[in-house]
Amino acid sequence: MISAVKVNAGYEGKKVLNDISLSISKGKMTGIIGPNGSGKTTLMKVLNGTHPMNGGEVLIKGKRLQDYSAKELARVIAVLPQHAESSFDFTVREVVELGRYPFYKGLLKAASAYDEQVVNEAMELTGVQGFAHKNINQLSGGEQQRVMLAKALAQEPEILLLDEPTNHLDLSYQMKLMDLLKKWIFSKELTVVAILHDLNIASLYCDEIILLDEGSVKADGQPRAIMNQDLLQDVYDTNLTRQEHPSTPSPLIAPVPEMDAQEKTIQSIELTASKELMVFSSPFPLKTLSSALIGGGFQWASTFVNRHVDKNYYIDDAHNEYKDYLQQRQFDPHDTIGMMTAARLEDAGVVSIQEKDFSLLIAATAGTGNAVDAAQSWIRKEEDVTIGTINIWIFIESKLTDEAFVQAMMTATEAKSSALREHEVLDPVTKTMATGTSTDSLCIASTQSGTHTMYAGTITLLGKAIGKGVYEAIGQAIENYRKRMALC
Amino acid sequence: MHKLSIRKYSKSKLYFSYAALFILLAAALVLGISIGSVSIPLFHVVQILGAEIFHYPLPKEIDSSTVSIIMQIRFPRVLLAMLVGFALALAGTAFQGLLKNPLADPYTLGVSSGSSLGAVIVLFFGLQLPGIGNFTLPVVSIVAGFLTLVGVISFARLVQRNLSVETIILAGILCSSFLGALISLLIALSGEELRQIIGWLLGSVSMRGWPYVSLIAPFLAAGLLMLLTSARELNAMSFSQSDAKSIGVDVKKHTTIVLLGASLLTGSAVAVSGTVGFVGLVIPHIGRMIWGVDHRQLLPLSMLLGGVFLVLVDLLARTIIAPTELPIGVLTAIIGSPVFAIIFIQHRRKRVTT
Repeated sequence: MISAVKVNAGYEGKKVLNDISLSISKGKMTGIIGPNGSGKTTLMKVLNGTHPMNGGEVLIKGKRLQDYSAKELARVIAVLPQHAESSFDFTVREVVELGRYPFYKGLLKAASAYDEQVVNEAMELTGVQGFAHKNINQLSGGEQQRVMLAKALAQEPEILLLDEPTNHLDLSYQMKLMDLLKKWIFSKELTVVAILHDLNIASLYCDEIILLDEGSVKADGQPRAIMNQDLLQDVYDTNLTRQEHPSTPSPLIAPVPEMDAQEKTIQSIELTASKELMVFSSPFPLKTLSSALIGGGFQWASTFVNRHVDKNYYIDDAHNEYKDYLQQRQFDPHDTIGMMTAARLEDAGVVSIQEKDFSLLIAATAGTGNAVDAAQSWIRKEEDVTIGTINIWIFIESKLTDEAFVQAMMTATEAKSSALREHEVLDPVTKTMATGTSTDSLCIASTQSGTHTMYAGTITLLGKAIGKGVYEAIGQAIENYRKRMALC
Repeated sequence: MHKLSIRKYSKSKLYFSYAALFILLAAALVLGISIGSVSIPLFHVVQILGAEIFHYPLPKEIDSSTVSIIMQIRFPRVLLAMLVGFALALAGTAFQGLLKNPLADPYTLGVSSGSSLGAVIVLFFGLQLPGIGNFTLPVVSIVAGFLTLVGVISFARLVQRNLSVETIILAGILCSSFLGALISLLIALSGEELRQIIGWLLGSVSMRGWPYVSLIAPFLAAGLLMLLTSARELNAMSFSQSDAKSIGVDVKKHTTIVLLGASLLTGSAVAVSGTVGFVGLVIPHIGRMIWGVDHRQLLPLSMLLGGVFLVLVDLLARTIIAPTELPIGVLTAIIGSPVFAIIFIQHRRKRVTT
């Protein structure tokens, strides 16, 4: 649809676009991203013929840009500008009618019935017909944007160029606008080129993304390829991190602020324990990966609650009950990782490990009455399930990658099984060695400070420490339990 | 259906406005001819005009001196007032639209200063160009105004190639101040021509006669045509200059046409009547309040309104403390400013409350 070959452009003495070559395909949404001053707006202006080129060539539908007359070009390309302010009180309808300008013929440029029809349709599609006779300066930013969109549509363009269309719009308008554009790409066979500041909007909505840097195309391709942490970090010169969108296959980019100088050590984590509650509280949030009832998955939390419940505790909506329970005790459920156990908290095993590059604090509570051999668990019937839980808390002072989190979970689980075998805990149903219990939970919490740790498998120092620590903590918990039972 | 009725309403409102303005204008003209040091009955005015224009037989009770007062003095005078009102209102509307600046008026770009300087030079040196005799002043004035425009535009181009609005306004103000200083210099140096120069600068349409009417008419026609054929472009450009480009308006071409047209109107108005302020600034505002921003209607409607206004002000100028005549340029501002202030306040209030 549009192709540019070695385009150069600039302003007096300053080169802005440097040998830019690109091609934009029909019926797609193409996003142009790049830091301030990378030439996005100039590129846009060159493409719609409002800024001169100093060399190079732009082809629109296979025809050279300079072979189009101004009106001809306006029948192919419409532009949605950033602002819609005017010194005068134009009505909405008058503004939309401006979009028909390239179609008027003759000296008097009279409007035909068809022009009128197109204007009405454009106003309907953008939902501005309700205030057709209102003054544009009296509308809100979002409404003005829709009026300008109606004007662009009235041009019946094949290509729509947008310069930061979501600027000044609140989130709901941004999404509505982009959804609308997506729809038109299909229904009107529109080709959309948009300068976007918000990388995540670009990632979510664009079919193709062109990344500009210092007047050159740094990269172009599909969002999955362009939303690359290292690439963007380099171009934007900022700390960024890439994540997956929870519900669509579009990567998200989140900026990472410069960390404050606060010292983040696990020494500052405090443990308070009673019969009912075992609480680890940290003065700063830790990044966690857990299977806990409250705050499962990846989270940030600074309170970690292991709650003792009666072994007859049975509530349908345990999740909400636990939230209420936390709130009554002044814990913020959004900042808390919460587990439950019927095991006695005073039996908990706690292990602390100091290494050169990291520190660990591991705590475990173990009720083994319902121990299960995972490999044989399929033999069990549903009614065999009784309460009995091993909860493991691992606090790490290091900077973990996501991979390290997952490997820490694996390592801890393997060490748990090993501890159960060592203490000869049997599956009461199958009479084989138990590997865990049926409702175990595990939480890895990292300060994300200090040394970088890529992996936490048993080949690494961290993995080795986790394995040893978990094994010891569970051992202590089982021994404490057995000691207490023996005393009874 | 609802939409249709609104469209119909606004169309009929337009027809009504044109009809009302034409009637007002005719009434103002007849009134302006009738009232004066020798009062002539309204009916006689109509009869004489009928006889002169449509060759109806003239009733016997009207003597030939009345006819000659009307045809030689009053009629050309009110016509000139009307045409100057037309020209200034048109030029003001066009400049405000083009420059996207509600504060602009026909004098913003310094064209009037150029015209004035030309006229003042003629008066100061008592020039008489061969061949055009008494027409020396208006001709020199128009030429000077045109040269000023060329100067302003070339200067603006020199600063910035794409003729941006800000640059044009700045260049205009610069030229205006410079030429204004030259005029002041000539005034300071002048002796007995002083009264004549000041009188001319304050603006007047008296004692000009038919030659001046026929002098401004072709410029008015040309200017009107140029502006009307660029009315849609003017809409686009007054909305947003960059936007106008993107919908296919040849901004450079139409900027030039509008500048040229509006300057012709201003220059010719200044040449025949001196500097008459206020009309070009305020009439377009009143026009926009009543009829909106669409220049296809706003230009002719404002033009008619400007004509009515100036005929009536001229009438007032020569009757209010007769036999002394007040300079029309002074009166336009004295009457117009408070009137506009009231209209403006009411309009704003209405807008705020709705």
